[in-house]
Amino acid sequence: MKVGLVCPYTWDIPGGVQAHVHDLALALIGLGHDVSVITPADDEAALPPYITSTGRAVPVPYNGAVARMAFGPLSARRVRRWLREGDFDVVHVHEPTTPSLSLLATWSFDGPLVATFHTSVQRARTLAAAYPILQTALEKISARIAVSQAARRTLVEHLGGDAVMIPNGVSMAGFAGVEPFPGWPGDGGALGFLGRFEEARKGLPVLLAAFEKLAADRPGLRLLIAGPGDPDEVRDALPADVFDRVHLLGQVSDADKARMLASVDVYVAPNIGGESFGIVLLEAMAVGTPVLASDLEAFRAVLDGGRSGQLFATGDSDDLAVKAAELLDDPDARAALVVLGRATARSYDWSTVARDIVRVYETVAVDAPDAFARRGPYGRR
Amino acid sequence: MPWWFWLVVAFVLLAGYVTATSNRLDRLHARLDATRAALDAQLLRRAAVTLEIAASGLLDPATSVLLASAGHEARAASGDEADREVVESRLTASLRAAFDDPDEAQTLAEEPAGLALLAELEAATTKVLLARRFSNDAVTATLAIRRHRLVRWLRLAGHVPPPTFFEIDDTPPAHLAVGDAWRSADIDGNVEAVDVAPDVD
Repeated sequence: MKVGLVCPYTWDIPGGVQAHVHDLALALIGLGHDVSVITPADDEAALPPYITSTGRAVPVPYNGAVARMAFGPLSARRVRRWLREGDFDVVHVHEPTTPSLSLLATWSFDGPLVATFHTSVQRARTLAAAYPILQTALEKISARIAVSQAARRTLVEHLGGDAVMIPNGVSMAGFAGVEPFPGWPGDGGALGFLGRFEEARKGLPVLLAAFEKLAADRPGLRLLIAGPGDPDEVRDALPADVFDRVHLLGQVSDADKARMLASVDVYVAPNIGGESFGIVLLEAMAVGTPVLASDLEAFRAVLDGGRSGQLFATGDSDDLAVKAAELLDDPDARAALVVLGRATARSYDWSTVARDIVRVYETVAVDAPDAFARRGPYGRR
Repeated sequence: MPWWFWLVVAFVLLAGYVTATSNRLDRLHARLDATRAALDAQLLRRAAVTLEIAASGLLDPATSVLLASAGHEARAASGDEADREVVESRLTASLRAAFDDPDEAQTLAEEPAGLALLAELEAATTKVLLARRFSNDAVTATLAIRRHRLVRWLRLAGHVPPPTFFEIDDTPPAHLAVGDAWRSADIDGNVEAVDVAPDVD
């Protein structure tokens, strides 16, 4: 299938939408599709051949943030030329409510259009002001995708209509068949934590309090911590003999991150808030480590409501200690979580996500190719 | 300004509005046709796969008869929309009755031909769900414009009857995506029945 992907934000600055478009393009190419991406970018020569640039993007404030976007007659002309030369079966725009290439492509393309909505926070008044202009463009979109329930809710509330939920993909390629560090997890059991641990919302103090309690009854139990932060903070929070059983790795490479996740019996995510999506949970499940996470909405969603990972009351170190002890003492329960966790991780893998997105393409483009052509002169402007 | 000047201005504005709105309506009707055609195709495909599974001889005769009759009724449903909604919902219910039991899916998945059919059924049931969502979305957008006062007074929608929602039960069986777990069984070394159906709702 000839697919045109439109990214509204400049390729030069890393961001969630850019990463999504990049990974999706690679996954679609891997599935044998003919893919072309159009995006603002400073240096076209540095781009892979499947990406077309519309030139420099301008920083503009929109929806409460400053983003680098492209608009104006020159961008519109380049988008039109790309559409004409690409002769796409389906055009997939991202964030079509931003005043950039996606909106321009939506205006200019008369054919099967798919749109993905990423944002979950839209300023209601921004949208209300822009709505009459957006509406005409949004009406042309045949299939709408939301990457999360929150994004879907935003869409339904502010723009009306509905969308199908297809999550962000996560690349699981580096997380299969990883070897643990020598000597880990060991006979006494091991818990793991990964993240910038000086940040309060990561909830490390909750885990440390629970670990102190568990360590009293379990002489062999160890804790593996990876991520940037001040070791003294951990030392000050624990008695000296308990701190001796904590291993701090500091900042780790991607390869060591996967090994670290494989080196523990239970991966603990004690976050106390502010998490929108638990990628590290998926990574732990992908290497085959059971997950114990706080009962946040985002974690509950990723863990399938607590089926593919255990949940504990957010911020409650007593509950964390109880649940961790249950898992440490029950190899069968851990093995069951590993099986379910792997399946969950796989359902977020780009290969699965791309397959679901292709199904959307097929639904709007392949099965009704003539419907757009049948119309009179107004339908084919 | 003479009075006729304002009359001309009003007329030009009205003409502009009528042209723009006609274009929008025309585009929406195109989208409506496209998404409804897609839904129609997916429903037919689902019925066809169901019939093929029923005829494959891989399932027990009772389940086969159940699926064959539901599949046949869906395929033979008349052009009457209300009738079709009932029949397609019944097919959904029959598929769930057959495949909500993971053992049934497993029986099918043990044969290579059955595994292929199972994958096809999984794709077909998911696509029915997608296509129906997209079609009803187009209906919502079209009805919103057709409700505008000027559109009604000037009869901009012409003689096209107002579109209707297609309401059926399309929740796929819980254990169809089980095929995914089997296909990767060689990698992970486990063949347990795991529901990995992505949440498309």
